[in-house]
Amino acid sequence: MQPKPLALKILDIAAIIVLGIATYMALNAPLERVMGEVQKVFYFHVGTAWTALLGFILGGVFSVIYLITKNLKWDKFQVAAIEVSLVFFLITIMLGSIWARPAWNTWWTWDPRLTTAAITELIYAAYFMLRQGIDDPDRRARFGAVYALVGALSAPITFFAIRLFRTIHPVVIGGTNPEADGGFSMTPDMLSAFFFALFAFSVIFIDLFWNRIRLGDLQEKVEQLKLKVSM
Amino acid sequence: MFFQESTPDTSGYMIAGYTVAFIVMALYVASIYLRTRNLRQDMNLLEEMEETAPPVQIAAKNIPMKKPARSENHRSGKPVTKRSRKK
Repeated sequence: MQPKPLALKILDIAAIIVLGIATYMALNAPLERVMGEVQKVFYFHVGTAWTALLGFILGGVFSVIYLITKNLKWDKFQVAAIEVSLVFFLITIMLGSIWARPAWNTWWTWDPRLTTAAITELIYAAYFMLRQGIDDPDRRARFGAVYALVGALSAPITFFAIRLFRTIHPVVIGGTNPEADGGFSMTPDMLSAFFFALFAFSVIFIDLFWNRIRLGDLQEKVEQLKLKVSM
Repeated sequence: MFFQESTPDTSGYMIAGYTVAFIVMALYVASIYLRTRNLRQDMNLLEEMEETAPPVQIAAKNIPMKKPARSENHRSGKPVTKRSRKK
């Protein structure tokens, strides 16, 4: 396998640095008066949600490109985007649940946003189960692409759930009156911590995505070698 | 929570949140590292097998091939397909 490119090494280091800065900024952001310290998980909650939903949509875009070109490179890209997004979205759900305990007095409720988020996570967990069950690489890629394309619809539904349905989930960004929705207004310091968290998780996503693509390359080479040796 | 006047102490939840986020990310990075390491080991092994494969194939030509019994197929853990059953 080719050695790690210098750009990826730099990106690895940059990802660690921005994660450290994002954590520092989030922890030192002003204290929210009503919720207290737990509000600070919001920065990571939204940061991971943003990258995860974007990654699911990217997975759908790569699926379309694969179905048109039939080039397995796009299948690798699709798997990488979806796998990293699945991990980020798991963090989003877990952070949301931790926030909900003191804010809503429950770890979980079947609110439209929470339900659509749980469904999205399960759809993509099933995506990997589907792929595991198919041995032929072309068939696996084709089935995976169609599944990921349909699954990508769940990302915008999850995003717009709080705007389309009656929900207790706060609409902090783009809401007409955040406080009325159980949310909060952000001060300039909070906003800078928030936007830096979005940037940091975007950098971390790109870094993990690139590393996962390299892992996909290696998997492909091993599969080819196995076939060659077995013949 | 929303009806009380003083700010509640929810620092425990905040610490739990950040701990969970870092643990999940660390586990994922570790999984990428371990999968890469295992695949590299597999690749080295397969490359070695590929290098030693030709003499083995020549030697194997002289040995009559024995059809594996169905039970052997089961024991070896190979998938039993419709095609393999017909054989």
